Amino acid sequence: MIVIGAGPAGIAAALEAEKNGLNDIVILERDKYIGGILPQCIHNGFGLEYFGEELTGPEYAYEFIKDLNSSNIEVLTETMVLDVNDKKEITALNKEKGVIKVKGETIVLAMGCRERTRENIKIPGDRPSGILSAGTAQRYTNIEGYMPGKEVVILGSGDIGLIMARRMRLEGADVKAVLEIMPFSSGLVRNKVQCLDDFDIPLKLQHTITRVEGKERLKRVKVAQVDEDFNPIEGTEEWIGCDTLLLSVGLIPENELTKAMGLDLHPVTGGTYVNENRETNIEGVYAAGNVLHVHDLVDWVSEEAEIAGRAAADYLNNKLEKRENKIKITPGENVTYTVPQTIEYTFQDKKFIKVFMRVTKPMEDVKVKFIYENQEVVSYPKKIVMPGEMVTANLPAALIKNDMDEIKVSIEKKVGENDGEK
Amino acid sequence: MQIIIIGAGVIGSAIARELSRYDVDILLIEKEPDVADGTSKANSGIIHAGYNADAETLKGRMNVKSNPAYDKLCKDLKVPFKRNGSLVVGFTEEDLKELKKKKANGEENGIEGLEIIGQTELFEKEPNINRDAKYALYAPTAGIISPYELTIGYADNAVRNGAEVLLDTKVTDLIIDNDQIKGVYTDRGEYKADLVINAAGLFSDKIAAMAGDQFEIHPRKGEYHLFDKVHGDIINHTLFPMPTETSKGILVLPTVHGNLLIGPNANRIDDKDDVSTTSEGLEEVFEGAHHLIPSIPEKGVITSFSGLRASLASEDFHIDFSRQTKGLINLIGIQSPGLSSAPGIANKVIEMVQQFSQTNNHAFHQTDDFQETNPEYPHYHHYEENDKVEKWQEVVEQDKNYGEIICRCEHVSRGEIIDAINRPVPARTVDAIKRRTRASSGRCQAGFCGPRILEILSKHLKIDPLEVTKRGKDSRILKARSKEIILEDDNKVGDH
Repeated sequence: MIVIGAGPAGIAAALEAEKNGLNDIVILERDKYIGGILPQCIHNGFGLEYFGEELTGPEYAYEFIKDLNSSNIEVLTETMVLDVNDKKEITALNKEKGVIKVKGETIVLAMGCRERTRENIKIPGDRPSGILSAGTAQRYTNIEGYMPGKEVVILGSGDIGLIMARRMRLEGADVKAVLEIMPFSSGLVRNKVQCLDDFDIPLKLQHTITRVEGKERLKRVKVAQVDEDFNPIEGTEEWIGCDTLLLSVGLIPENELTKAMGLDLHPVTGGTYVNENRETNIEGVYAAGNVLHVHDLVDWVSEEAEIAGRAAADYLNNKLEKRENKIKITPGENVTYTVPQTIEYTFQDKKFIKVFMRVTKPMEDVKVKFIYENQEVVSYPKKIVMPGEMVTANLPAALIKNDMDEIKVSIEKKVGENDGEK
Repeated sequence: MQIIIIGAGVIGSAIARELSRYDVDILLIEKEPDVADGTSKANSGIIHAGYNADAETLKGRMNVKSNPAYDKLCKDLKVPFKRNGSLVVGFTEEDLKELKKKKANGEENGIEGLEIIGQTELFEKEPNINRDAKYALYAPTAGIISPYELTIGYADNAVRNGAEVLLDTKVTDLIIDNDQIKGVYTDRGEYKADLVINAAGLFSDKIAAMAGDQFEIHPRKGEYHLFDKVHGDIINHTLFPMPTETSKGILVLPTVHGNLLIGPNANRIDDKDDVSTTSEGLEEVFEGAHHLIPSIPEKGVITSFSGLRASLASEDFHIDFSRQTKGLINLIGIQSPGLSSAPGIANKVIEMVQQFSQTNNHAFHQTDDFQETNPEYPHYHHYEENDKVEKWQEVVEQDKNYGEIICRCEHVSRGEIIDAINRPVPARTVDAIKRRTRASSGRCQAGFCGPRILEILSKHLKIDPLEVTKRGKDSRILKARSKEIILEDDNKVGDH
C-alpha cells in the first residue's frame, strides 16, 4: 500500500491498514516532517471527538506518530510525488534517492488541501507584500518564529482566520477586524467565541474587501458592506489602515494527482467521488481527509482515513463483497453534499454507514432525514446546523433493503414548528 | 569608451548584450531591485509576426526585422520560445475586408505564410472558439515568449561578457558639460560615461528632459488574468480580436509555460507607478476574452496583474540622438511591439554607437572572446514530458539540491532556486526568484513555498530573514521576530 501524504489522514490510514493485516506500507511525504498541518496548529481544540480530551495540534499528531514509530510502516519524507496513473504507478522525487518509481497494489490519496488565494476571490488593487493566507502566517508565527505584520485585517471567518486573529493578538499585533462576506461566521462557533469575542476583535459580517493599496508593503484595505447578492453597497466603503491582510477564504482539496489518474472531481467538494469505503472510481484507490472534502475537525479526518485504511486492507485480503445494487446517496433539502456518494459493498459486520454532509444555510430545530422513494427511512433531531460545522448521521445497515437504489438526505424543520429556520 | 545604459528592461538589456560584443565598458543602471521589473515583466509575451504596423513606421520595420531573429536568440540565451502562430479573428464581412488589408500590409512588409482562413479551418485550429467567428488571418510566424526570462537572459549574457549591472540605483540627473554628456548622477553616486543610452521605458521622457529634450510619455495600463495550467490547452494559437485605433484588443493566448493568459484592456492613466488592478478592468478583460472563447472559466485564475505601456502621442518608437546634448541616445515610446522588436532595436542602437564612435574618435571593435550563449541551468519544467524524469535523475545525481522540491505547484527544486541566486544577474528578492525559476508562480501563490524560499534567500544572501523582500525597498515579507512586538508594547495584550 502506498499512501500519498503523511498528514493526519495518511498516517491514520496507514496505521489502520497495518492493524488489519497489511505489512508492506509506505507513506510518501513532500515536507521535511510528518503530521501535515498539525505541528503548526499549536492551539487546543483537537481530539475531543477522537480521544475524548482536548489536545493541541502537535499533541494530536504525536498520538499517531507514536504508533507510527512503533509500526513497520515506512515513511519517506522530502519525497514529492510527481505523477501517479490509473495503473497505480507512482513517480516520486526524493532528495537522497532521486527519482523513485513504485507500483502500489492499493493507494490512499491523502494530499490534504491548500488555501484559497487573493486571486481565487478576485480582490483588485496593488500587489504589495503583506498579503498572505492565514495558514502561511500561522507557519511563520508558530514554526519559523516571525511575525508577518503588526496591524492586521483578516478576510474570512474560517477557522484558520479566527485562530490566527487570536494568535496575532497574543503576539502583540493590532488585529483591526475580521471580515466575513456571509451573514454568518464560516468557522466553528467555539472558535468565534474564544478567538474573537474574548479578545474584543470585531467580526464584521456581510463585509468584504474591494481594494488593496500599497506600492511596496500593504498600507490599507477598502472595506465595504455587501448586499444579499454579495455586491458592495455604495456609500458603505471605508479604508482600514493595516500592514497585513490575512486571507481565510476557504480551502481547496489538492487534487492535481487525482486528476492525473483520470478521476473526476465533485463540483461541490472539490474532491473525487467515493463509495462508503472511501474508494474512488478506480478499484483499490482510496481518498481520505481534506483531499476528499474539507473537514473542520481533524478527529473526523482520522476517522475517515481509518475507514479507507481498513478497506484497503480488506480489499487486498479479498474480504470485500460487492452489493447487487449500488446505492446512490444524494443531497436533498439544505444539504450541499454528502460523503460518501455511493454504497457499493455489503455491510458484513458493519452496523451502519456514517454519512458526512454540509448544510447550505444555518437552521435550528431540524431533523436529518434519510429518504427512499419519498418515504422516511430514518431521521435524527438536531438542535442547530451551520455551514461551518460538518453534520454527520448514521444510516443503519438494518434499514437498508437490497432493492434500494437511491437514498436522499434532507435537513428539514421539525414538523409542528414553523419558525425553525433562522 | 564608457557607455551607460539607463533602464534594464528588455530594450536596455538587449542593448547591453549586443554592446558587450564590443570592446567597451558597459554599465547598465536600473532603479528597481531586478531587471525586467517594469513593463518587461507585465505584457502579453508575444513575438508578433508584424502585419499590424505600416512599413513606414519605425515600429513596423523593427518588428518585421526582429521576428526571424528569435529562434537563434532564444536558443543562445536559453529562453523558452515557441512559434505557436496567431489568429486575428473576424466575425463579419467588414472584418474580412480589414483582415485582407492586414494581410496585404503584412505581405508588403515581407511577412511569409500569411493566410486568410475560413470557418472550417478556424474551428479545426481552435475547437473552442466562438461559433459565430467566420474568418481569421493566420500568421504562422507569430510566437510566444517569457518576456522577463528574455530580459534576464540578455542581461545575464551581457554580464557574462563583461557588462556591469547596478540594480536598485536610480539616475537622478545627467552630468552635462558644454552640451556634452559626461556621466550620470545616481542615488548611489556618480558614474562617468562618454555615451549614455536612455532606455528608461515609462520614465524615458524624464531622462530625456534632463538633457533638454521634450517628450511626453502617456502611460497606458493593461490588465491581465493568468490561469492555472489546467486551462492552458483551451486554445493553441494567440487569438486577437479585430483591433481598435489604440489597441490590439483583448487577447486570449497560451503562455510559453503552458498557462492561459487573457488581456489586456487599455486605459490611459497618469501615475507611472500605478500597476494596480481594478474590478471594472478585470471584468472588462473577462468580457473581451469571452467574445473569442466563450468557455473561458471564471474560476481558475492564478493571478491578475497589470502592466503599463510607454506610449508617445505619435504612437511610434522614437530612437535618435538627443537634439540638445551630445552623447545621448534616446529610446522613447517603445511600447508594443517593443518586445518583438528588441533585437532589431538593439542592432539599430549598435549602428548609432558605431556612428558616435567614429565622429568622436572612440575605438569600437568587436572582441574576440564574446560568449554568445548562456549555459543551460537545469529546470525540471524545461524537459520534455517523455523523458523528463530520467533526465532529472541525472541532474539530481550531480547535486542533491535538485532532488528537493520547494515549489509544489510548479515542481521547482532547491537547486534551481540556489542557481537563481548565483546567476550573473543574481536574484535577491522573492519576485526575482519567481521570474527565474517559476517558484511561487503556481496555483497556491507561495502559500506553501513562501517560507521555504525566504529561508533559502536568507541563507544564501547571508541576510536576516527580516530583510528578505518581495521586490525590494519596503516590501519586506516579515515584520518582526516572535514576541518582539509584545516587548515593544507590553500593554497591548496584558489588558485582558
